[in-house]
Amino acid sequence: MADPFLSIQHVRKSFGATTVVEDFNLDVERGEFVSFLGPSGCGKTTVLRMVAGFEEPSAGTIVVGGKDITRLKPNQRNVGMVFQAYALFPNLTVAQNIGFGLKVAGMPRADIDARVAEMLGIIKLPQMADRYPYQLSGGQQQRIALARAIAPKPKLLLLDEPLSALDAKVRVSLREEIRSIQKKLGITTIFVTHDQEEALSISDRIAVMYGGKAEQVGTPFEIYNRPATKFVANFVGTLNVLEGTVTDAAAGTVRVNSEQVSLKGKLNGSKSGDTLSLALRPEAISLGRQPGRDSSLSGEISEVHFLGSVIRVRVGIGGNMVSLDTFNSPATPPPAVGEKAEISFSSDDMLVLH
Amino acid sequence: MKSGKFWAWVVFALGAAYFFIPLIATVEFSMRMRRGEYSFDAYKVVLGDARFQATFGYSVLAAVFTIILGVLIVVPAAYWIRLRLPQLRPIVEFITLLPLVIPAIVIVFGYIRMYGSNSPLPFLATDTGTNALLVIGYATLALPYMYRAVDTGLRTIDVRTLTEAAQILGAGWGTIITRVILPNVLIAVLSGAFLTFAIVIGEFTMASLLNRPAFGPYLQNIGANRAYEPAALAIIAFAITWGCMSLIQILSRFAPRSANRPN
Repeated sequence: MADPFLSIQHVRKSFGATTVVEDFNLDVERGEFVSFLGPSGCGKTTVLRMVAGFEEPSAGTIVVGGKDITRLKPNQRNVGMVFQAYALFPNLTVAQNIGFGLKVAGMPRADIDARVAEMLGIIKLPQMADRYPYQLSGGQQQRIALARAIAPKPKLLLLDEPLSALDAKVRVSLREEIRSIQKKLGITTIFVTHDQEEALSISDRIAVMYGGKAEQVGTPFEIYNRPATKFVANFVGTLNVLEGTVTDAAAGTVRVNSEQVSLKGKLNGSKSGDTLSLALRPEAISLGRQPGRDSSLSGEISEVHFLGSVIRVRVGIGGNMVSLDTFNSPATPPPAVGEKAEISFSSDDMLVLH
Repeated sequence: MKSGKFWAWVVFALGAAYFFIPLIATVEFSMRMRRGEYSFDAYKVVLGDARFQATFGYSVLAAVFTIILGVLIVVPAAYWIRLRLPQLRPIVEFITLLPLVIPAIVIVFGYIRMYGSNSPLPFLATDTGTNALLVIGYATLALPYMYRAVDTGLRTIDVRTLTEAAQILGAGWGTIITRVILPNVLIAVLSGAFLTFAIVIGEFTMASLLNRPAFGPYLQNIGANRAYEPAALAIIAFAITWGCMSLIQILSRFAPRSANRPN
């Protein structure tokens, strides 16, 4: 396997006695789009700022394209960055903002003008060249900030929660635009977000962070369907967690609310009598017995939420509460609260949280 | 509501009268040089006086150097404190206020003792040195105004993010200060500059004790020996100050606007 384009190895960052990033490791391939996903304070922005050069790691190395940049100043790294607060220079026009990095690099005026025009074309704002930042909407400002970041053709593009200051509709369209530009230019990108939907929808891989560490690094499919830790399972998507007791470790059977569920090959050294946390995504559960679903549990419907195309039903099973989604059908009335109900699922979809 | 408005106007009228009546009286008196009729003779005498031109020119030059010195010291200092040393801000603010509490006479006597001809830094041994010391003294006197003006300007922009945005685009400190920070606080710097100008033009204590041919001592000298000319000079000095204030107002309309502060 070829050397990774960006390699972050054993990076640690402490502020005084507080360690905010602990032994962080990540390899990113050239042209890959990797998201750092995690709650506030998990260290994702600190890692990004260390890659940018705004923070110096307390330990570890950061290598880009085979060159160790750990101790280089931000202006020596050839890295582009888009900030949450846009950070456009208020005194400069859109064209001057986009051309700023090129001018600093000493590029001839004609080349700057050509590159600025190209960038304005890429972000689909060719008519905005002479406007000032205050004359633009938030979405337009962030697109200009993106154009400014990629104009000098950086080796690496860093996006620090670039969509969080925008309204929901603009956020969705801009994230798709960012991804399409990134693919078109083939630029290696790190995207920091606390929004799981954003991360799942546009990333090649996601590093889910918690407590200064990468809990799991994987494709959105792996992160969602095969969470490696309890934190990842809880943080990404909606999850039903059920308590179960191992009844026969060798046979892989677990008792959940007096019913047996077979989890052969998933118990990972658990002994008979151990209590386990078992997780199921709402979309993996069906109301009533369904063909192909090998396990079922009985309970009582406690809540019904009509959400338009989907109906979210909450079923009480012993001491556990399970949410499941069913599609709305005009011919079938939604289930009623208080009804007895059976839920079914495939034991393959059940996750054992460690 | 109506009664409140009435009393507001009464207070305003009283304040305006307190301010304008002495001013009008001074204008009126300055125009009575010619017996029996109003004239601008006092102004002609003052403006035609070679000493007026010399002292005014000297003070304008001193003001220009004071402004340059003030900008060179205050802009990088205020910027760095906002960017890297915010914990020092209260201390620096206190230091910049000292010239308002310590009388100019104390500062200038300190200078005379510290920088006399026998000291290791004999500023007072030459005219150029004394002029330089006067400019340094003026910069100290103007510090509270210049620092506050620049700091207020810096408060309106996101100093840290703009600095980082420029850094990541390859800019060094010189480029960041001259092309990103200074243009965005230029109006604030100009406000500080005009306040400095107004202070330097009328300053008496330092210029007099350092024996410099500045406008302040000239004003005092004329005031002590003439009748109508001091009134004319007072009005001229007033017009200069008001001119500076008006310029601040006009220039502030051209301040770069951020998206968060469109107007």
